[in-house]
Amino acid sequence: MTVTLESACELHPQVAIRPEPFGALAYHYGNRRLVFLRHPDIVRVVKTMGEHPSLRDTFVAEGVAESRWPSFIEALSSLTTSEIILVLS
Amino acid sequence: MKQGLDAPICLTWELTYACNLACVHCLSSSGQRDDRELSTEQAKAVLDELAALQVFYINIGGGEPMIRRDFFEIVEHSIANNIGVKFSTNGAFIDKKNAERLAAMDYLDIQISLDGTDAITNDAVRGEGSYDTAIRAMDNLKAAGFGQFKISVVVTRHNVDQLDAFKALADSYGAQLRITRLRPAGRGADTWDELHPTNAQQRQIYNWLLAHGENVLTGDSFFHLNAFGESLPGLNLCGAGRVVCLIDPIGDVYACPFVIHDTFKAGNVLEEGGFTHVWRESDLFTELREPQSAGACASCGAFDACQGGCMAAKFFTGLPLDGPDPECVTGHGEVLLPSVPVSLVPRPSMDHSKPVRTLIKSKVST
Repeated sequence: MTVTLESACELHPQVAIRPEPFGALAYHYGNRRLVFLRHPDIVRVVKTMGEHPSLRDTFVAEGVAESRWPSFIEALSSLTTSEIILVLS
Repeated sequence: MKQGLDAPICLTWELTYACNLACVHCLSSSGQRDDRELSTEQAKAVLDELAALQVFYINIGGGEPMIRRDFFEIVEHSIANNIGVKFSTNGAFIDKKNAERLAAMDYLDIQISLDGTDAITNDAVRGEGSYDTAIRAMDNLKAAGFGQFKISVVVTRHNVDQLDAFKALADSYGAQLRITRLRPAGRGADTWDELHPTNAQQRQIYNWLLAHGENVLTGDSFFHLNAFGESLPGLNLCGAGRVVCLIDPIGDVYACPFVIHDTFKAGNVLEEGGFTHVWRESDLFTELREPQSAGACASCGAFDACQGGCMAAKFFTGLPLDGPDPECVTGHGEVLLPSVPVSLVPRPSMDHSKPVRTLIKSKVST
């Protein structure tokens, strides 16, 4: 599923995040998927996205430069495939 | 990834060296319990530490882990601490009652070991009656509504032609197939010559995985086959001490489940600092996370694909660690094997095999 700047997303309740030197590991206890989050910024976005009405608001709040938004959208879209994140609207 | 992680992704914990079987390729030369095996309280303390490290899941094995009387207590403690459990078993203790108990648990995966789709092929490796035992366990799990368990196969020269049949068997149970590479470790060191797939069969495994790989688990164990061309799915590297390690039944920590040998022992969970210290600070793991030399493989065009193969396979066949894997698909390892002096081939440091029973006819005195 593709997310957009207007999407409201949250971390799946069965996902745990473990910090690592390169970023973090995300593990889904339900489907047993393990995913590498390869940058500290994407880790912060994933952790706080549930508190914001849209990804755009999350990026702004987390200080992600606008030039990086397309790559973040792409990365987050791939996280919906493994159900690490849920799209609420 | 090669620099290591704060905690392992894939941690295997062998709970006991005791086993009701005596498989000829057993990686841990299991059979008899070791008096030094961790107590229930020690095992729980290790789990508490793993929970603090946020280890997401552990792979429990043995020996036969269900032989331990505290098996369920340990598994339940793990799951209650958010450490999922996947355990490997020969199925001997999965009767109807235990199957129902297992089916009621969340975050639990089961792997039933099976090395042939018929009794003759399987029992030649795993022992007489072991095929029927595994099938009965699978029937019990299915009847209990466990859901998707796994059938775990070590691919050998004798079962490689059964890959389609294994897949069909798994499908018939709604199970998932897992196939892994035979390692010359433990008792496998003595049987590897006769059991390991031929080079032509390696190509067969590779082609089969390319066709079915998405739905078949491999523990990423066939990355040496990537030298054939397109990479198979999974982490294309030896994870020993980087993302993988083994805790053995007495608490010793090894770089991976296939190298139970003093050379690859990093410490013990009962020492000061516990598992965390061993994982993060031990000399051995620090060394394994440093860039490794490609050695004799440096000039080979396939090195990026195969990464020199499996450390354990090289070690237990007496080949240098910075050279080709004994099953290197280009044949570079195979040609070296005859020149390795038998005296230089390392032997496993521990052997818990049951003594071979010799029948001595006693003189009957009248």
